[in-house]
Amino acid sequence: MHLAVPHGTTVVALRFGGGVLMAGDRRATSGNLISHRRIEKVFAADAYSVVGIAGTAGPAMEMVELFRLQLEHYEKVEGAPLSLDGKANQLGRMVRNHLPAAMQGLAVVPLFAGYDLVAGHGRLFQYDVTGGRYEEQEFTATGSGSMHASTVLGLGWTSSLGTDQAIDLALRALLTAADADSATGGPDVLRGIYPVVVTVDAHGATRSDDTDLRERVQRLRDNYVVQYGEPAGEDER
Amino acid sequence: MSMPYYVSPEQVMADRADYARKGIARGRSLVALVTDEGILLCAENHSSTLHKINEIYDRIAFGGVGKFNEFDQLRVAGVRHADLKGYEFSRADVEARSLANQYAQLLGQVFTHEMKPMEVELLVAEVGPRPETDQLFHILYDGTMMDETNWCVLGGDAHTVAERLEALWHANLDSLGGLGVAVAALSPTEAPLGAPDLEVACLGRNGRRRAFERWSDDRVSEALASITLPAVEPESSTSDDGGESEGSGSDRTN
Repeated sequence: MHLAVPHGTTVVALRFGGGVLMAGDRRATSGNLISHRRIEKVFAADAYSVVGIAGTAGPAMEMVELFRLQLEHYEKVEGAPLSLDGKANQLGRMVRNHLPAAMQGLAVVPLFAGYDLVAGHGRLFQYDVTGGRYEEQEFTATGSGSMHASTVLGLGWTSSLGTDQAIDLALRALLTAADADSATGGPDVLRGIYPVVVTVDAHGATRSDDTDLRERVQRLRDNYVVQYGEPAGEDER
Repeated sequence: MSMPYYVSPEQVMADRADYARKGIARGRSLVALVTDEGILLCAENHSSTLHKINEIYDRIAFGGVGKFNEFDQLRVAGVRHADLKGYEFSRADVEARSLANQYAQLLGQVFTHEMKPMEVELLVAEVGPRPETDQLFHILYDGTMMDETNWCVLGGDAHTVAERLEALWHANLDSLGGLGVAVAALSPTEAPLGAPDLEVACLGRNGRRRAFERWSDDRVSEALASITLPAVEPESSTSDDGGESEGSGSDRTN
């Protein structure tokens, strides 16, 4: 049985020189319908980490909410934040506890990334529905558009990416996923809806603002024009 | 036939209160004061790891003096209470007043029913959008709860410190000015306290979700270096002239 509940789709994450980045599109779908255009799937979990979710939106949001609360609660009670490994393990346990619901079709598959203050670099984790936790060295993606997004990340990723290049690469990956996967939403210039992009470096987690993202999307379009020429029908204006 | 000893309830209560007060008086003081930039909390504390001032929730801070294990246990209970409430309902529903009430209930209960009262005095502070909306709840070992305005003193030498604060506090302080007032009020007359002897934190009025910010020793010494402490009037030294301080809830029992 397939429940017609909203599903979140594509989230990508990659490491770059100064840290790690996560980005997600804004679409949620119920079957073949678009149920939400502005849903957010990438959240700063605390000051130095970020979590992204794909799968059934309801339980996924709930999981993120509880995860953030647990990190904050621990930090307040103990007077110091959890280690990045501690946070990643905690999320893994939550995914495993969700397994019975996943078996009934309500799967939640998160990505987790953060800046490891002890190691001094960004780290990246992906999970499977059983709570299995896998650390990635370069990049990863989850959700229905992840295959297409991964291809773009794989072609564009180098070990020496700067923050700007990393954001542009993530946007390009999401754009390609949206091109090929109907459940992934592209940048919506008409309504001013852009992906959520959160970077985490030694200074903490920062979410890119929409003005910045709009400019980047505009640049992507300019590059598109350079590569493919003006879209058909526009050159006779 | 043995006769049970009779001890009047008045005596029991007085003994317990004495016991608690003595325990608290051994500790050092903590002050909180309202500034334009938020609520500044400052305590004399020689430990850099055992904190008297802590974060409870987004806009709520906790201060405790007396026996560390007792007020720390209460702090953790407060964090749990606040986090659960915020998760169950909404973050906006977590309020200092309700939390302070819970503490008062608990301390009152322990004071009347247990052998030993808790040797603690607590502060629950909540920063609001404007200085007038800030809240300072002061809870005593027996569950007495006071809603203080502008400033609040807890702990050992509270009377002297309160007198100084009464003279020094004024509206429209900034954080640095507030720190100056707090340190001048807390310091013994001979020598002002330095950064290693102080624990400072602020509930910032800056719109950030988690308003609580702990000041590092470096930040405190930098701040202290950039200001001159306001002068404390010399006559305010002994505590037995029953000094009347009207501004705040100084209708204290000790």
